[in-house]
Amino acid sequence: MISFTPSEEQQLIIDTVRRYAVDRMRPAAYEADEKRTIPQDIIARGWDLGLLPSAIPEQYGGFGEAHQALTGVLAAEELGYGDLSMALYLMTPNLFAIPILHYGTEEQKQKWLPRLVEGGFAPYTAALVEPRWSFDPHALHTVAEREGNVYEITGHKAMAPLAAEAQAFLVYAREGDTTQAFIIERGTEGLTVLERESFMGIRALPTYELRLDDVHVPASCRLGGEQGIDIDHLMNYSRVALAALAVGVARGAFEYARDYAKQREAFGKPIAQNQAIAFMLAEMAIEVEAARLMTYEAAWHLDKGHNATQQAALAKAYADEMALMVTDRAVQILGGHGYIREHPVERWLRNGRGFSTFLGLAMV
Amino acid sequence: MIDFEIPTPIKRQVQFITMLGEQVMRPVARYYDEHETERPWDYINLIWPTIRERGGRSFSIEDGKEKTDKDGKPRPRIGYLMLAHVVEALSWGDAGLYLCTPGGGLGGAAVDATGTPEQKERFLKRFGEGEPKWAAMAMTEPHCGSDTAAIRTTARLSEDGKEWILNGEKIFVTGGLMAAKESRGFVVVWATVDPSAGRAGIKPFVVEAGTPGMTVTKLEHKHGIRVSDTAAIVFNDCRIPYDNILGSPEVVKSDTESKGFKGAMKTFDATRPLVAASALGIARAALEFTASYLKERGVKVRYGVAPHLQTAVERDLINMEMQHRAGWLLVLKAVTKMDAGEENALDASMAKVKAGQVATYVTQKAVELLGPEGYSCKLLVEKWMRDARINDIYEGTGQINRLIVARRLLGYTSRELR
Ligand SMILES: Cc1cc2nc3c(=O)[nH]c(=O)nc-3n(C[C@H](O)[C@H](O)[C@H](O)COP(=O)(O)OP(=O)(O)OC[C@H]3O[C@@H](n4cnc5c(N)ncnc54)[C@H](O)[C@@H]3O)c2cc1C
Ligand SMILES: Cc1cc2nc3c(=O)[nH]c(=O)nc-3n(C[C@H](O)[C@H](O)[C@H](O)COP(=O)(O)OP(=O)(O)OC[C@H]3O[C@@H](n4cnc5c(N)ncnc54)[C@H](O)[C@@H]3O)c2cc1C
Repeated sequence: MISFTPSEEQQLIIDTVRRYAVDRMRPAAYEADEKRTIPQDIIARGWDLGLLPSAIPEQYGGFGEAHQALTGVLAAEELGYGDLSMALYLMTPNLFAIPILHYGTEEQKQKWLPRLVEGGFAPYTAALVEPRWSFDPHALHTVAEREGNVYEITGHKAMAPLAAEAQAFLVYAREGDTTQAFIIERGTEGLTVLERESFMGIRALPTYELRLDDVHVPASCRLGGEQGIDIDHLMNYSRVALAALAVGVARGAFEYARDYAKQREAFGKPIAQNQAIAFMLAEMAIEVEAARLMTYEAAWHLDKGHNATQQAALAKAYADEMALMVTDRAVQILGGHGYIREHPVERWLRNGRGFSTFLGLAMV
Repeated sequence: MIDFEIPTPIKRQVQFITMLGEQVMRPVARYYDEHETERPWDYINLIWPTIRERGGRSFSIEDGKEKTDKDGKPRPRIGYLMLAHVVEALSWGDAGLYLCTPGGGLGGAAVDATGTPEQKERFLKRFGEGEPKWAAMAMTEPHCGSDTAAIRTTARLSEDGKEWILNGEKIFVTGGLMAAKESRGFVVVWATVDPSAGRAGIKPFVVEAGTPGMTVTKLEHKHGIRVSDTAAIVFNDCRIPYDNILGSPEVVKSDTESKGFKGAMKTFDATRPLVAASALGIARAALEFTASYLKERGVKVRYGVAPHLQTAVERDLINMEMQHRAGWLLVLKAVTKMDAGEENALDASMAKVKAGQVATYVTQKAVELLGPEGYSCKLLVEKWMRDARINDIYEGTGQINRLIVARRLLGYTSRELR
């Protein structure tokens, strides 16, 4: 039966994360972006929300039942509403945990999942993106070759969050004509974390390029053992996560512009009373709502165990475009003030433009 | 006669500026984006002699003399056409640095538009001599930008009638720091001599750099064009000579129709196509870079192929290019009319609307088409996207210029269509 009402439990998650977003993330977001660093207590508080542990079953140290993409999506929207850099920072361990949860061998789950969820926030990460125009998750240039019981991995990665501190990496590489993932521990020979990257947006999130020169790992580090992974299915958890974050960012921009437009006067009345402004706001709200519903639908298919690649891809593509449009309009509605960094809308535009290049940067 | 031939002197000038852009502006563009509080003295000192030689203006549009060709036929004026090309090419180099170019700028334009011959001489002479100088224009206030008639900064006469006393706060003054403090320049300040008179009471005043009572209180941190200073300036019992009111002093007493305010609007008719040109300079930079970057990676644009057979990237590139061309032709028409001495307010606003939109769209699309690299600060494209965004905002937002276009097309007054 079709319903758009969150369950009581879901509503509780939404409310809790929203409170954290408004009280903790928002007030610190400007400075985090300018100084390119996130205060540790914000991350610690965010970790206390227990989002990842609640997605991990008890037998692996968490307190969750079944992993639900839909729950993750509801939380991700609120985190995105708070601040995108902080959201991506907090969700970085997911990049390591969710794939292991879905595809890991029993041994891999036993080994890694408790480390991820039993203590405080622990930096584990993944490396998918490559610093090349032709980057394609189905045809990676990072290559893994098996010799006996050992894999030799060589390549160049980019946009790996928290790589400088990460205790272990999930590195995606091409093996034959499939994409597989490999667990590589910090300090493994041949793995070099390069300088911190700089992008137009998500400036508070430390991301890095990685070089892998003949990195040798035992075959047991291949995610899923002999079975391996289905990259498309796995990426669906990323697509819906990014779509949800985009919805959160855009909703923030819409609300800010709406409130501003009702209070700012020009020519003797609130600017919102001009159709030029009111129609923009109406369109923004329509697009945010539509993108949210597409994201929910894709996450629902995932949780039902359907092949959700089509829905997830549509949701992400739609949300990418929506986030740019909505944040750009928000800047316009604020006029000259929208161009000034003291107002968050210009930051949201810089972040919003990034979604089309963010692949594998978040997972729920 | 319809003709799209670019005059040779303009081609030469554009060639020269392109070289300047490649060799001087592009190499330092990233540095100044990241060090927004530093002034680009290397660029300023390099360009100043050229500007100074021309008396702070690129081309004398109003020198009065008819120019003739070798057959003695009057040669058409190309001053604004030249200016649009100069501004476009400089912005192609770097829009932030372009805005730091010493010279009369917006303040000079206001003096040009509203000053008496004596005032033009007195205020503009400086741009042809000595050290680099700037002039800025201060209209916007914290509570009003689009609604220029609502400004609250006041100018009242001193008891002895020899001075104006200015009080109020201006924000977002482009080059305000350079004009008011860091050079022997000036700021043209719009203030009201009679708050009850609305538009009619608003007049332009020249405040010389360093005048007591004028203080730069803040420099904004911006999305883009970061190297260009954007200043808040407070006037606190700031006293200036009586004859620093632009236009003949009599306007204050006799002119209820307010030459002053109309002057502001006239200034915009002249400068809006130049803002549009600047926007399109950035857009062209992004477009050219993207096309050649993609070409190196095997993406070719097949103009002749049917739309349903184009690839998505091909389609995007064609869209970007056609949008850019549409904007540029609107600019050319607006400045050509200006040169011919024809009324161009409609064309100026049409060009500004289109260019503001095109620059935003083209640069945003460029970031996307370049993939992870496009979003990265390794390339300049992400900066161009941020720089471009201002053009749909200042000198009349996209909405205000659409209103101007619509009113003129529909024959409505500002009261009938708001
Ligand atoms: C009523 C009215 C009358 C005007 N009359 C004139 C007039 O008679 N003459 C006139 O020139 N403008 C005139 N203008 C335009 C106005 O004065 C400004 O030129 C224009 O508004 C742009 O200001 P600017 O000083 O930055 O432009 P300019 O200095 O003329 O040029 C644009 C930019 O390019 C730079 N630049 C110019 N030439 C070169 C060059 N060769 N190499 C490198 N950089 C260069 C400038 O410093 C400037 O930043 C008039 C405007 C109005 C409203
Ligand atoms: C970097 C920068 C440089 C600047 N340089 C200068 C300068 O040198 N000198 C100067 O004086 N000013 C300058 N400005 C100010 C600029 O011109 C104003 O910001 C601009 O005119 C808009 O005014 P506002 O910001 O007050 O927006 P508002 O007027 O508050 O407008 C807010 C929104 O409402 C819309 N709106 C307003 N009225 C209507 C209406 N009737 N119908 C439909 N929509 C409407 C606007 O389009 C905008 O989207 C600068 C601004 C910036 C950001």
